[in-house]
Amino acid sequence: MAAERKTRLSKNLLRMKFMQRGLDSETKKQLEEEEKKIISEEHWYLDLPELKEKESFIIEEQSFLLCEDLLYGRMSFRGFNPEVEPEGQHWCIFQKLMLQMNAKHKAEEVEDETVELDVSDEEMARRYETLVGTIGKKFARKRDHANYEEDENGDITPIKAKKMFLKPQD
Amino acid sequence: MAEPASVAAESLAGSRARAARTVLGQVVLPGEELLLPEQEDAEGPGGAVERPLSLNARACSRVRVVCGPGLRRCGDRLLVTKCGRLRHKEPGSGSGGGVYWVDSQQKRYVPVKGDHVIGIVTAKSGDIFKVDVGGSEPASLSYLSFEGATKRNRPNVQVGDLIYGQFVVANKDMEPEMVCIDSCGRANGMGVIGQDGLLFKVTLGLIRKLLAPDCEIIQEVGKLYPLEIVFGMNGRIWVKAKTIQQTLILANILEACEHMTSDQRKQIFSRLAES
Repeated sequence: MAAERKTRLSKNLLRMKFMQRGLDSETKKQLEEEEKKIISEEHWYLDLPELKEKESFIIEEQSFLLCEDLLYGRMSFRGFNPEVEPEGQHWCIFQKLMLQMNAKHKAEEVEDETVELDVSDEEMARRYETLVGTIGKKFARKRDHANYEEDENGDITPIKAKKMFLKPQD
Repeated sequence: MAEPASVAAESLAGSRARAARTVLGQVVLPGEELLLPEQEDAEGPGGAVERPLSLNARACSRVRVVCGPGLRRCGDRLLVTKCGRLRHKEPGSGSGGGVYWVDSQQKRYVPVKGDHVIGIVTAKSGDIFKVDVGGSEPASLSYLSFEGATKRNRPNVQVGDLIYGQFVVANKDMEPEMVCIDSCGRANGMGVIGQDGLLFKVTLGLIRKLLAPDCEIIQEVGKLYPLEIVFGMNGRIWVKAKTIQQTLILANILEACEHMTSDQRKQIFSRLAES
């Protein structure tokens, strides 16, 4: 008697993933279409006449940057910047800044005073001297740390002779 | 200036729109409508006719036109909102159309995104500084918007300091926000402006005139003596020279050069160079 009546499963149950694995592609497609129909019917839409969107070709901008090619607003002339003038660094930055920012204008009002941007040889030698000690310290073992004694100024002084056992004289 | 005024009055009285191309360099008044070149071509061979046009389907191949300060979009035309001279710039490369704008004069600054301005720090509240830029509201400047600033490493900014920065947010609905770094995170000359020097106010048109690429005034001033100038698009200029007298001379020159002819200016410069 149970074989006569075919159990009817609900639609939601049939839509579940595990039920769909056994189906063939046709039934799958049918189910999908029904789904889509239901969803699209539920969507709301405005019952207005279709407004034609006018593509505006005028763009509004309130900035003068587009209109006029203006220079960069920070300028320095004839190497002026007394705070950092001894080092000469900031002035170089301003020189570079003016050239960099105004590169497109090819600004020639900046005076062309040559400044030594490179590190001098003496300073290079001094730095290298301390560098060797610093890096060497990194790879020295704990016992060898005594060799790298630091001076008051932080410079690495050359090591003194290692203290060995002195045999007492008779 | 009677002639442009009468022409303008006539066009206003007749409320006819003129072609933008014919008005370049002339004075325009608020309320005028300007036709763009594409709309002119649709007319017959009569030339620049001053009748308002109706849109026709042929005008689909239009080029992008930018309407700059002093102009607004009104349908397919440009509506003038400030009085001044109409200017046009051809597009350098790429998409065509160019830029139209009105070269007007005013003293009151309205914050615009991307402008570099000089501001005065008025308050320090929590993580942000309030900076007075001459607009309707003080701009906010976060302490992280300086080069190399982190939560532990705060910039050394006090109330009363001068700041050179640019706007990242500036519209009529929100409080303006400014930063002192560019999009890459570098300062590029922005930040706190140093000690001493003199800050004074000029009109906005003068700033644009001085920052024009071929400005003679700046070139001549640079030859006088070592100095440093910072121009803010909000009408503020900061100058610094070695002595107070030189600074004051410089400030006076920059303020006065707006109303001088180039001959008078050269006279003054030559007199200064002698002394």
